[in-house]
Amino acid sequence: MIKAGTGAIARSKLARLRERIEAGVKRQANNRLARKQTPIVPPDNVAGRAMVLVIAIMTFLSCLTLGAVTLVRDTAATWQTQIAREATIQIKPAEGLDMEEALARARAVAAGYSGVRSVEIVGREATQRLLEPWLGPALNMDELPVPRLIIVTIDPVNRPDFEAMRAELAQAVPNAVLDDHRTWVDRLVAMARTTVTIGMAVLALMLSATALTVIFATRGAMAGNGHVIEVLHFVGAEASFIARQFRRHFLLAGSRGAAVGGIAAIIVFVVFSWWSSRNIGTPEGDQAAALFGNFAIGLSGYLGVGLVVLLIAALTATTTHVTVIAYLRRIET
Amino acid sequence: MIRFENVGLRYGMGPEVLRDVSFFLPERSFQFLSGPSGSGKTTLLRLLFLSLKPTRGLITIFGKDRSRITRDELPMIRRKIGVVFQDFRLLDHLTTYENVALPLRVRGREEASYRSDVVELLKWVGLGDRMHVLPPVLSGGEKQRAAIARALIEQPRILLADEPTGNVDPQLARRLLRLLIELNRMGTAVVIATHDIGLMDQVEARRMVLSGGRLEIYD
Repeated sequence: MIKAGTGAIARSKLARLRERIEAGVKRQANNRLARKQTPIVPPDNVAGRAMVLVIAIMTFLSCLTLGAVTLVRDTAATWQTQIAREATIQIKPAEGLDMEEALARARAVAAGYSGVRSVEIVGREATQRLLEPWLGPALNMDELPVPRLIIVTIDPVNRPDFEAMRAELAQAVPNAVLDDHRTWVDRLVAMARTTVTIGMAVLALMLSATALTVIFATRGAMAGNGHVIEVLHFVGAEASFIARQFRRHFLLAGSRGAAVGGIAAIIVFVVFSWWSSRNIGTPEGDQAAALFGNFAIGLSGYLGVGLVVLLIAALTATTTHVTVIAYLRRIET
Repeated sequence: MIRFENVGLRYGMGPEVLRDVSFFLPERSFQFLSGPSGSGKTTLLRLLFLSLKPTRGLITIFGKDRSRITRDELPMIRRKIGVVFQDFRLLDHLTTYENVALPLRVRGREEASYRSDVVELLKWVGLGDRMHVLPPVLSGGEKQRAAIARALIEQPRILLADEPTGNVDPQLARRLLRLLIELNRMGTAVVIATHDIGLMDQVEARRMVLSGGRLEIYD
Protein backbone atom coordinates (compact mmCIF):
# COMPACT_ATOMS: atom_id res chain seq x y z
CA MET A 1 0.00 0.00 0.00
CA ILE A 2 2.76 2.39 1.06
CA LYS A 3 4.90 1.21 -1.83
CA ALA A 4 2.06 1.84 -4.26
CA GLY A 5 1.51 5.34 -2.79
CA THR A 6 5.24 6.17 -3.06
CA GLY A 7 5.22 4.95 -6.67
CA ALA A 8 2.26 7.19 -7.54
CA ILE A 9 3.96 10.22 -5.98
CA ALA A 10 7.18 9.47 -7.87
CA ARG A 11 5.23 9.12 -11.13
CA SER A 12 3.39 12.41 -10.62
CA LYS A 13 6.71 14.14 -9.78
CA LEU A 14 8.21 12.67 -12.91
CA ALA A 15 5.23 13.85 -14.98
CA ARG A 16 5.53 17.37 -13.54
CA LEU A 17 9.25 17.37 -14.26
CA ARG A 18 8.59 16.26 -17.84
CA GLU A 19 5.96 19.01 -18.25
CA ARG A 20 8.39 21.61 -16.95
CA ILE A 21 11.14 20.41 -19.30
CA GLU A 22 8.76 20.45 -22.29
CA ALA A 23 7.53 23.95 -21.34
CA GLY A 24 11.16 25.07 -21.05
CA VAL A 25 12.05 23.64 -24.47
CA LYS A 26 8.98 25.30 -26.04
CA ARG A 27 9.82 28.62 -24.38
CA GLN A 28 13.40 28.39 -25.63
CA ALA A 29 12.19 27.61 -29.15
CA ASN A 30 9.77 30.55 -29.02
CA ASN A 31 12.48 32.84 -27.72
CA ARG A 32 14.72 31.87 -30.60
CA LEU A 33 11.96 32.75 -33.05
CA ALA A 34 10.92 35.89 -31.21
CA ARG A 35 14.42 37.36 -31.18
CA LYS A 36 14.85 40.70 -32.86
CA GLN A 37 14.03 40.44 -36.54
CA THR A 38 16.82 41.03 -39.01
CA PRO A 39 16.31 44.34 -40.86
CA ILE A 40 14.91 43.83 -44.36
CA VAL A 41 17.60 46.02 -45.89
CA PRO A 42 20.94 44.17 -45.68
CA PRO A 43 23.74 45.62 -43.56
CA ASP A 44 26.17 47.98 -45.26
CA ASN A 45 28.45 46.48 -47.87
CA VAL A 46 31.66 48.06 -49.19
CA ALA A 47 29.70 50.61 -51.26
CA GLY A 48 27.57 51.47 -48.20
CA ARG A 49 30.61 52.02 -46.01
CA ALA A 50 32.26 54.09 -48.76
CA MET A 51 29.08 56.19 -48.92
CA VAL A 52 29.25 56.89 -45.16
CA LEU A 53 32.93 57.86 -45.48
CA VAL A 54 32.29 60.13 -48.48
CA ILE A 55 29.39 61.81 -46.65
CA ALA A 56 31.57 62.33 -43.56
CA ILE A 57 34.39 63.92 -45.60
CA MET A 58 32.10 66.16 -47.65
CA THR A 59 30.16 67.26 -44.56
CA PHE A 60 33.45 68.07 -42.83
CA LEU A 61 34.62 70.20 -45.77
CA SER A 62 31.24 71.93 -46.12
CA CYS A 63 31.13 72.73 -42.42
CA LEU A 64 34.70 74.09 -42.53
CA THR A 65 33.73 76.32 -45.46
CA LEU A 66 30.61 77.44 -43.63
CA GLY A 67 32.63 78.17 -40.48
CA ALA A 68 35.22 80.13 -42.49
CA VAL A 69 32.49 82.22 -44.16
CA THR A 70 30.84 82.86 -40.76
CA LEU A 71 34.22 83.94 -39.35
CA VAL A 72 34.92 86.30 -42.25
CA ARG A 73 31.40 87.76 -42.10
CA ASP A 74 31.58 88.37 -38.34
CA THR A 75 35.09 89.83 -38.56
CA ALA A 76 34.09 92.15 -41.42
CA ALA A 77 31.09 93.31 -39.39
CA THR A 78 33.36 93.98 -36.40
CA TRP A 79 35.79 96.05 -38.53
CA GLN A 80 32.91 98.18 -39.79
CA THR A 81 31.30 98.81 -36.43
CA GLN A 82 34.58 99.54 -34.66
CA ILE A 83 35.52 102.23 -37.17
CA ALA A 84 31.99 103.54 -37.54
CA ARG A 85 31.83 104.02 -33.75
CA GLU A 86 34.14 107.05 -33.77
CA ALA A 87 34.54 110.39 -35.53
CA THR A 88 37.36 112.91 -35.15
CA ILE A 89 37.39 116.70 -35.05
CA GLN A 90 40.76 118.16 -35.95
CA ILE A 91 41.53 121.76 -35.18
CA LYS A 92 44.44 123.23 -37.08
CA PRO A 93 46.44 125.97 -35.35
CA ALA A 94 46.27 129.48 -36.81
CA GLU A 95 47.51 132.92 -36.01
CA GLY A 96 45.65 134.37 -33.06
CA LEU A 97 43.63 131.20 -32.41
CA ASP A 98 43.10 130.30 -28.79
CA MET A 99 43.42 126.54 -29.17
CA GLU A 100 41.99 125.58 -25.76
CA GLU A 101 39.00 127.88 -26.27
CA ALA A 102 38.46 126.52 -29.83
CA LEU A 103 38.65 122.94 -28.51
CA ALA A 104 36.03 123.70 -25.83
CA ARG A 105 33.75 125.34 -28.39
CA ALA A 106 34.04 122.46 -30.84
CA ARG A 107 33.38 119.96 -28.04
CA ALA A 108 30.25 121.90 -27.01
CA VAL A 109 29.00 121.86 -30.63
CA ALA A 110 29.58 118.08 -31.01
CA ALA A 111 28.08 117.23 -27.63
CA GLY A 112 24.86 118.99 -28.59
CA TYR A 113 23.93 116.38 -31.19
CA SER A 114 21.84 113.34 -30.45
CA GLY A 115 23.66 110.09 -31.27
CA VAL A 116 26.88 111.39 -29.71
CA ARG A 117 27.79 109.30 -26.67
CA SER A 118 30.85 111.21 -25.51
CA VAL A 119 33.22 113.90 -26.68
CA GLU A 120 36.80 113.79 -25.45
CA ILE A 121 39.62 116.22 -26.16
CA VAL A 122 42.94 114.48 -26.71
CA GLY A 123 45.07 116.27 -24.09
CA ARG A 124 48.48 117.86 -24.66
CA GLU A 125 50.31 114.92 -23.04
CA ALA A 126 48.38 112.39 -25.09
CA THR A 127 49.04 114.35 -28.29
CA GLN A 128 52.71 114.50 -27.38
CA ARG A 129 52.78 110.72 -26.88
CA LEU A 130 51.10 110.27 -30.27
CA LEU A 131 53.79 112.31 -32.01
CA GLU A 132 56.72 110.94 -30.02
CA PRO A 133 57.57 108.12 -32.46
CA TRP A 134 58.10 110.67 -35.24
CA LEU A 135 59.32 113.79 -33.46
CA GLY A 136 61.16 112.31 -30.46
CA PRO A 137 60.67 112.77 -26.72
CA ALA A 138 62.07 116.29 -26.56
CA LEU A 139 59.12 117.75 -28.43
CA ASN A 140 57.87 121.13 -27.29
CA MET A 141 54.27 121.46 -28.43
CA ASP A 142 54.35 125.27 -28.19
CA GLU A 143 57.16 125.50 -30.75
CA LEU A 144 55.31 123.61 -33.45
CA PRO A 145 51.91 124.25 -35.03
CA VAL A 146 50.50 120.86 -33.98
CA PRO A 147 46.83 120.26 -34.72
CA ARG A 148 44.71 119.01 -31.84
CA LEU A 149 42.10 116.28 -31.86
CA ILE A 150 38.70 115.69 -30.33
CA ILE A 151 37.40 112.09 -30.29
CA VAL A 152 33.64 111.91 -30.75
CA THR A 153 32.23 108.53 -29.73
CA ILE A 154 28.98 107.87 -31.51
CA ASP A 155 26.08 105.48 -31.26
CA PRO A 156 26.45 103.22 -34.36
CA VAL A 157 22.72 102.53 -34.38
CA ASN A 158 21.59 106.15 -34.02
CA ARG A 159 24.27 108.10 -35.86
CA PRO A 160 24.34 111.91 -35.50
CA ASP A 161 23.69 114.21 -38.44
CA PHE A 162 27.32 114.75 -39.53
CA GLU A 163 26.44 117.27 -42.27
CA ALA A 164 24.69 119.57 -39.80
CA MET A 165 27.54 119.13 -37.28
CA ARG A 166 30.10 119.93 -39.99
CA ALA A 167 28.22 123.11 -40.99
CA GLU A 168 27.84 124.28 -37.39
CA LEU A 169 31.52 123.58 -36.65
CA ALA A 170 32.55 125.57 -39.73
CA GLN A 171 30.72 128.55 -38.31
CA ALA A 172 31.77 128.17 -34.68
CA VAL A 173 35.39 127.08 -35.24
CA PRO A 174 36.50 127.82 -38.82
CA ASN A 175 39.71 125.80 -38.40
CA ALA A 176 37.89 122.65 -37.32
CA VAL A 177 37.62 119.70 -39.71
CA LEU A 178 35.20 116.89 -38.95
CA ASP A 179 36.26 113.44 -40.17
CA ASP A 180 33.49 110.85 -39.81
CA HIS A 181 35.74 108.15 -41.39
CA ARG A 182 33.17 107.77 -44.17
CA THR A 183 35.80 107.03 -46.80
CA TRP A 184 37.38 104.30 -44.68
CA VAL A 185 34.04 102.83 -43.68
CA ASP A 186 32.84 102.80 -47.30
CA ARG A 187 36.01 101.03 -48.42
CA LEU A 188 35.80 98.53 -45.59
CA VAL A 189 32.12 97.85 -46.24
CA ALA A 190 32.89 97.24 -49.92
CA MET A 191 35.81 94.97 -49.04
CA ALA A 192 33.83 93.07 -46.41
CA ARG A 193 30.89 92.62 -48.76
CA THR A 194 33.17 91.32 -51.50
CA THR A 195 34.85 88.92 -49.08
CA VAL A 196 31.51 87.61 -47.78
CA THR A 197 30.13 87.30 -51.33
CA ILE A 198 33.19 85.28 -52.41
CA GLY A 199 32.82 83.16 -49.27
CA MET A 200 29.13 82.54 -49.97
CA ALA A 201 29.93 81.61 -53.58
CA VAL A 202 32.59 79.15 -52.37
CA LEU A 203 30.08 77.75 -49.83
CA ALA A 204 27.43 77.37 -52.53
CA LEU A 205 29.90 75.50 -54.76
CA MET A 206 30.98 73.34 -51.85
CA LEU A 207 27.39 72.49 -50.92
CA SER A 208 26.55 71.72 -54.57
CA ALA A 209 29.59 69.42 -54.83
CA THR A 210 28.55 67.78 -51.55
CA ALA A 211 24.98 67.29 -52.76
CA LEU A 212 26.15 65.70 -56.03
CA THR A 213 28.69 63.49 -54.26
CA VAL A 214 26.09 62.36 -51.72
CA ILE A 215 23.60 61.59 -54.52
CA PHE A 216 26.13 59.51 -56.49
CA ALA A 217 27.46 57.73 -53.40
CA THR A 218 23.90 56.86 -52.30
CA ARG A 219 22.98 55.62 -55.76
CA GLY A 220 26.18 53.54 -55.80
CA ALA A 221 25.31 52.00 -52.44
CA MET A 222 21.72 51.40 -53.60
CA ALA A 223 22.84 49.63 -56.78
CA GLY A 224 23.86 46.59 -54.73
CA ASN A 225 20.35 46.32 -53.30
CA GLY A 226 18.43 45.86 -56.57
CA HIS A 227 17.73 42.20 -55.82
CA VAL A 228 16.22 43.10 -52.41
CA ILE A 229 13.87 45.65 -54.01
CA GLU A 230 12.87 43.05 -56.63
CA VAL A 231 12.15 40.32 -54.06
CA LEU A 232 10.12 42.70 -51.88
CA HIS A 233 8.22 43.81 -54.96
CA PHE A 234 7.45 40.23 -56.01
CA VAL A 235 6.27 39.15 -52.56
CA GLY A 236 3.62 41.88 -52.74
CA ALA A 237 5.23 44.76 -50.82
CA GLU A 238 3.81 48.17 -51.61
CA ALA A 239 6.17 50.72 -53.15
CA SER A 240 5.76 52.97 -50.11
CA PHE A 241 6.79 50.11 -47.79
CA ILE A 242 9.92 49.33 -49.83
CA ALA A 243 10.85 53.00 -50.09
CA ARG A 244 10.33 53.46 -46.33
CA GLN A 245 12.63 50.54 -45.46
CA PHE A 246 15.46 51.83 -47.65
CA ARG A 247 14.90 55.47 -46.71
CA ARG A 248 15.18 54.64 -43.00
CA HIS A 249 18.33 52.58 -43.53
CA PHE A 250 20.10 55.20 -45.65
CA LEU A 251 18.87 58.09 -43.48
CA LEU A 252 20.60 56.44 -40.52
CA ALA A 253 23.75 55.74 -42.55
CA GLY A 254 23.78 59.29 -43.98
CA SER A 255 23.15 60.83 -40.55
CA ARG A 256 26.01 58.79 -39.14
CA GLY A 257 28.42 60.06 -41.81
CA ALA A 258 27.15 63.64 -41.64
CA ALA A 259 27.33 63.69 -37.83
CA VAL A 260 30.93 62.43 -37.88
CA GLY A 261 31.89 65.14 -40.44
CA GLY A 262 30.03 67.88 -38.52
CA ILE A 263 31.53 66.89 -35.15
CA ALA A 264 35.03 66.78 -36.67
CA ALA A 265 34.51 70.31 -38.03
CA ILE A 266 33.26 71.55 -34.63
CA ILE A 267 36.36 70.00 -32.98
CA VAL A 268 38.55 71.94 -35.44
CA PHE A 269 36.73 75.21 -34.58
CA VAL A 270 36.96 74.56 -30.85
CA VAL A 271 40.68 73.74 -31.11
CA PHE A 272 41.36 76.96 -33.08
CA SER A 273 39.30 78.99 -30.63
CA TRP A 274 41.22 77.43 -27.70
CA TRP A 275 44.54 78.07 -29.47
CA SER A 276 43.71 81.72 -30.12
CA SER A 277 42.56 82.27 -26.52
CA ARG A 278 45.79 80.72 -25.23
CA ASN A 279 47.91 82.89 -27.50
CA ILE A 280 46.44 86.27 -26.57
CA GLY A 281 49.31 88.70 -26.16
CA THR A 282 51.81 86.72 -28.25
CA PRO A 283 52.80 88.14 -31.66
CA GLU A 284 51.20 85.29 -33.64
CA GLY A 285 48.06 85.41 -31.48
CA ASP A 286 47.74 89.17 -31.96
CA GLN A 287 48.23 88.75 -35.69
CA ALA A 288 45.47 86.10 -35.87
CA ALA A 289 43.21 88.18 -33.61
CA ALA A 290 43.76 91.25 -35.78
CA LEU A 291 42.65 89.29 -38.82
CA PHE A 292 39.98 86.94 -37.45
CA GLY A 293 38.91 88.35 -34.10
CA ASN A 294 38.83 85.66 -31.41
CA PHE A 295 38.53 82.80 -33.95
CA ALA A 296 35.14 81.73 -32.56
CA ILE A 297 32.38 80.95 -35.08
CA GLY A 298 29.65 81.77 -32.57
CA LEU A 299 26.20 80.26 -32.11
CA SER A 300 25.13 80.93 -35.72
CA GLY A 301 28.19 78.99 -36.97
CA TYR A 302 27.37 75.97 -34.80
CA LEU A 303 23.71 76.13 -35.84
CA GLY A 304 24.86 76.28 -39.47
CA VAL A 305 26.95 73.13 -38.95
CA GLY A 306 23.87 71.41 -37.48
CA LEU A 307 21.79 72.56 -40.45
CA VAL A 308 24.37 71.22 -42.95
CA VAL A 309 24.35 67.84 -41.15
CA LEU A 310 20.53 67.69 -41.25
CA LEU A 311 20.42 68.76 -44.91
CA ILE A 312 22.92 66.08 -45.96
CA ALA A 313 21.07 63.35 -44.02
CA ALA A 314 17.77 64.47 -45.61
CA LEU A 315 19.41 64.53 -49.05
CA THR A 316 20.59 60.93 -48.57
CA ALA A 317 17.08 59.82 -47.60
CA THR A 318 15.48 61.69 -50.52
CA THR A 319 17.96 60.24 -53.03
CA THR A 320 17.21 56.75 -51.69
CA HIS A 321 13.47 57.29 -52.01
CA VAL A 322 13.75 58.55 -55.59
CA THR A 323 16.11 55.68 -56.54
CA VAL A 324 13.78 53.01 -55.10
CA ILE A 325 10.70 54.44 -56.83
CA ALA A 326 12.61 54.73 -60.15
CA TYR A 327 13.82 51.13 -59.80
CA LEU A 328 10.30 49.88 -59.10
CA ARG A 329 8.95 51.76 -62.15
CA ARG A 330 11.65 50.14 -64.28
CA ILE A 331 10.87 46.55 -63.20
CA GLU A 332 7.17 47.18 -63.55
CA THR A 333 7.12 48.00 -67.25
CA MET B 1 -9.71 32.81 -62.78
CA ILE B 2 -7.13 34.01 -65.37
CA ARG B 3 -7.98 34.43 -69.04
CA PHE B 4 -5.72 35.45 -71.97
CA GLU B 5 -7.35 36.44 -75.25
CA ASN B 6 -5.17 37.03 -78.33
CA VAL B 7 -2.35 38.36 -76.20
CA GLY B 8 0.77 39.58 -77.96
CA LEU B 9 3.94 41.01 -76.49
CA ARG B 10 7.06 42.61 -77.90
CA TYR B 11 9.98 44.23 -76.09
CA GLY B 12 10.47 47.75 -77.41
CA MET B 13 10.60 47.75 -81.22
CA GLY B 14 11.71 44.09 -81.43
CA PRO B 15 9.74 41.18 -82.88
CA GLU B 16 6.74 39.74 -81.04
CA VAL B 17 7.87 37.29 -78.34
CA LEU B 18 4.31 36.05 -77.80
CA ARG B 19 1.69 35.95 -80.57
CA ASP B 20 -2.08 35.53 -80.23
CA VAL B 21 -1.82 33.61 -76.98
CA SER B 22 -5.24 32.55 -75.67
CA PHE B 23 -6.03 30.26 -72.73
CA PHE B 24 -8.02 30.02 -69.51
CA LEU B 25 -6.63 28.95 -66.16
CA PRO B 26 -9.48 27.72 -63.95
CA GLU B 27 -9.41 27.51 -60.14
CA ARG B 28 -7.66 24.41 -58.68
CA SER B 29 -6.20 23.49 -62.08
CA PHE B 30 -2.76 21.93 -62.62
CA GLN B 31 -0.77 22.52 -65.79
CA PHE B 32 2.71 22.46 -67.23
CA LEU B 33 4.03 25.26 -69.40
CA SER B 34 6.78 23.98 -71.63
CA GLY B 35 8.71 24.81 -74.74
CA PRO B 36 12.32 25.18 -75.85
CA SER B 37 14.62 27.74 -74.25
CA GLY B 38 13.81 31.25 -75.45
CA SER B 39 10.28 30.31 -76.48
CA GLY B 40 8.77 32.84 -74.07
CA LYS B 41 7.94 30.75 -70.97
CA THR B 42 9.38 33.26 -68.52
CA THR B 43 7.75 36.13 -70.42
CA LEU B 44 4.37 34.40 -70.17
CA LEU B 45 4.93 33.85 -66.44
CA ARG B 46 5.80 37.54 -66.05
CA LEU B 47 2.54 38.45 -67.79
CA LEU B 48 0.68 36.11 -65.41
CA PHE B 49 2.48 37.75 -62.49
CA LEU B 50 1.59 41.27 -63.71
CA SER B 51 5.18 42.39 -63.99
CA LEU B 52 4.67 43.00 -67.74
CA LYS B 53 1.83 44.56 -69.70
CA PRO B 54 0.79 42.98 -73.02
CA THR B 55 1.29 45.04 -76.15
CA ARG B 56 -2.04 43.76 -77.45
CA GLY B 57 -4.88 41.46 -76.46
CA LEU B 58 -6.89 41.14 -73.28
CA ILE B 59 -5.88 39.65 -69.94
CA THR B 60 -8.54 39.16 -67.27
CA ILE B 61 -7.16 38.26 -63.88
CA PHE B 62 -9.42 37.42 -60.92
CA GLY B 63 -12.24 39.13 -62.81
CA LYS B 64 -10.29 42.35 -63.47
CA ASP B 65 -9.10 43.71 -66.79
CA ARG B 66 -5.26 43.92 -66.62
CA SER B 67 -5.22 47.23 -68.48
CA ARG B 68 -7.42 48.81 -65.82
CA ILE B 69 -5.41 47.65 -62.82
CA THR B 70 -3.62 50.64 -61.29
CA ARG B 71 -0.11 50.60 -59.86
CA ASP B 72 -1.53 50.88 -56.34
CA GLU B 73 -3.77 47.82 -56.84
CA LEU B 74 -0.92 45.58 -58.01
CA PRO B 75 0.46 44.54 -54.59
CA MET B 76 -2.97 43.37 -53.39
CA ILE B 77 -3.50 41.27 -56.53
CA ARG B 78 0.07 39.92 -56.39
CA ARG B 79 -0.61 38.55 -52.93
CA LYS B 80 -3.05 36.09 -54.54
CA ILE B 81 -0.26 34.82 -56.82
CA GLY B 82 2.69 32.85 -55.49
CA VAL B 83 5.86 32.77 -57.57
CA VAL B 84 8.83 30.42 -57.36
CA PHE B 85 11.78 31.72 -59.34
CA GLN B 86 14.29 29.53 -61.07
CA ASP B 87 17.10 31.24 -59.13
CA PHE B 88 15.11 31.11 -55.85
CA ARG B 89 15.62 34.82 -55.06
CA LEU B 90 16.04 34.28 -51.34
CA LEU B 91 17.58 37.15 -49.36
CA ASP B 92 20.96 35.95 -48.12
CA HIS B 93 20.98 38.07 -44.96
CA LEU B 94 17.65 36.67 -43.71
CA THR B 95 17.23 33.19 -42.20
CA THR B 96 15.06 30.56 -43.90
CA TYR B 97 12.30 31.38 -41.40
CA GLU B 98 12.55 35.13 -42.12
CA ASN B 99 12.62 34.56 -45.89
CA VAL B 100 9.45 32.46 -45.74
CA ALA B 101 7.77 34.98 -43.41
CA LEU B 102 8.73 37.92 -45.65
CA PRO B 103 5.38 38.22 -47.53
CA LEU B 104 3.57 38.50 -44.17
CA ARG B 105 6.13 40.88 -42.74
CA VAL B 106 5.79 43.30 -45.66
CA ARG B 107 2.06 43.41 -44.97
CA GLY B 108 2.91 44.84 -41.56
CA ARG B 109 1.74 41.81 -39.58
CA GLU B 110 3.07 41.21 -36.07
CA GLU B 111 5.59 38.39 -35.94
CA ALA B 112 3.72 36.62 -33.12
CA SER B 113 0.58 36.40 -35.29
CA TYR B 114 2.22 34.29 -38.01
CA ARG B 115 5.06 32.48 -36.22
CA SER B 116 3.23 29.14 -35.84
CA ASP B 117 1.98 29.23 -39.48
CA VAL B 118 5.51 29.75 -40.82
CA VAL B 119 6.96 27.01 -38.59
CA GLU B 120 4.20 24.61 -39.68
CA LEU B 121 4.76 25.36 -43.35
CA LEU B 122 8.53 24.94 -43.00
CA LYS B 123 7.94 21.54 -41.40
CA TRP B 124 5.56 20.65 -44.25
CA VAL B 125 8.21 21.36 -46.87
CA GLY B 126 10.80 19.46 -44.78
CA LEU B 127 12.80 22.44 -43.52
CA GLY B 128 11.74 22.24 -39.86
CA ASP B 129 15.33 21.82 -38.74
CA ARG B 130 16.78 24.46 -41.11
CA MET B 131 14.70 27.42 -39.91
CA HIS B 132 17.52 29.51 -38.51
CA VAL B 133 20.01 28.83 -41.26
CA LEU B 134 21.02 31.49 -43.80
CA PRO B 135 20.38 30.62 -47.49
CA PRO B 136 24.07 30.44 -48.50
CA VAL B 137 24.46 27.27 -46.41
CA LEU B 138 21.27 25.61 -47.76
CA SER B 139 21.53 23.03 -50.54
CA GLY B 140 19.87 23.67 -53.93
CA GLY B 141 16.88 21.51 -52.99
CA GLU B 142 16.49 23.21 -49.63
CA LYS B 143 16.60 26.64 -51.27
CA GLN B 144 13.95 25.52 -53.75
CA ARG B 145 11.69 24.29 -50.92
CA ALA B 146 12.25 27.54 -49.00
CA ALA B 147 11.27 29.48 -52.14
CA ILE B 148 8.13 27.32 -52.52
CA ALA B 149 7.25 27.85 -48.84
CA ARG B 150 7.63 31.63 -49.30
CA ALA B 151 5.33 31.53 -52.32
CA LEU B 152 2.72 29.55 -50.33
CA ILE B 153 2.74 31.35 -46.99
CA GLU B 154 -0.04 33.73 -48.03
CA GLN B 155 -2.17 30.83 -49.35
CA PRO B 156 -2.24 32.14 -52.91
CA ARG B 157 -4.96 31.13 -55.36
CA ILE B 158 -2.38 30.25 -57.99
CA LEU B 159 1.27 29.20 -57.80
CA LEU B 160 3.62 29.95 -60.71
CA ALA B 161 6.85 27.94 -60.64
CA ASP B 162 9.63 28.72 -63.11
CA GLU B 163 11.77 25.57 -63.65
CA PRO B 164 11.30 24.44 -60.02
CA THR B 165 13.28 21.26 -60.63
CA GLY B 166 15.96 22.81 -62.82
CA ASN B 167 18.63 22.85 -60.12
CA VAL B 168 17.91 19.59 -58.29
CA ASP B 169 18.57 15.86 -58.83
CA PRO B 170 15.78 13.63 -60.24
CA GLN B 171 14.90 12.16 -56.84
CA LEU B 172 14.44 15.60 -55.27
CA ALA B 173 12.59 16.76 -58.41
CA ARG B 174 10.02 13.98 -57.80
CA ARG B 175 9.67 15.04 -54.15
CA LEU B 176 9.12 18.66 -55.15
CA LEU B 177 6.56 17.59 -57.76
CA ARG B 178 4.69 15.57 -55.12
CA LEU B 179 4.72 18.67 -52.90
CA LEU B 180 3.16 20.76 -55.68
CA ILE B 181 0.56 18.05 -56.45
CA GLU B 182 -0.39 17.92 -52.76
CA LEU B 183 -0.70 21.71 -52.76
CA ASN B 184 -2.96 21.52 -55.81
CA ARG B 185 -5.17 18.94 -54.06
CA MET B 186 -5.59 21.44 -51.24
CA GLY B 187 -7.08 23.93 -53.71
CA THR B 188 -4.29 26.02 -55.23
CA ALA B 189 -4.00 26.23 -59.01
CA VAL B 190 -0.47 25.39 -60.19
CA VAL B 191 1.47 26.37 -63.33
CA ILE B 192 4.89 24.75 -63.67
CA ALA B 193 7.15 26.14 -66.39
CA THR B 194 9.60 23.41 -67.36
CA HIS B 195 11.27 21.76 -70.32
CA ASP B 196 11.84 18.55 -68.35
CA ILE B 197 9.81 15.95 -70.32
CA GLY B 198 10.53 13.33 -67.64
CA LEU B 199 8.92 15.49 -65.02
CA MET B 200 5.81 16.10 -67.15
CA ASP B 201 5.44 12.39 -67.87
CA GLN B 202 4.99 11.73 -64.15
CA VAL B 203 1.64 13.53 -63.97
CA GLU B 204 -1.48 13.51 -66.10
CA ALA B 205 -1.94 17.24 -66.50
CA ARG B 206 -2.72 19.83 -69.10
CA ARG B 207 0.33 20.84 -71.14
CA MET B 208 0.70 24.33 -72.55
CA VAL B 209 3.49 24.28 -75.12
CA LEU B 210 5.06 27.48 -76.42
CA SER B 211 6.83 27.42 -79.75
CA GLY B 212 7.87 30.40 -81.84
CA GLY B 213 5.78 32.66 -79.62
CA ARG B 214 2.56 30.68 -80.21
CA LEU B 215 0.83 28.52 -77.63
CA GLU B 216 -0.56 25.01 -78.17
CA ILE B 217 -2.64 23.42 -75.45
CA TYR B 218 -2.84 19.62 -74.93
CA ASP B 219 -5.54 18.70 -72.42
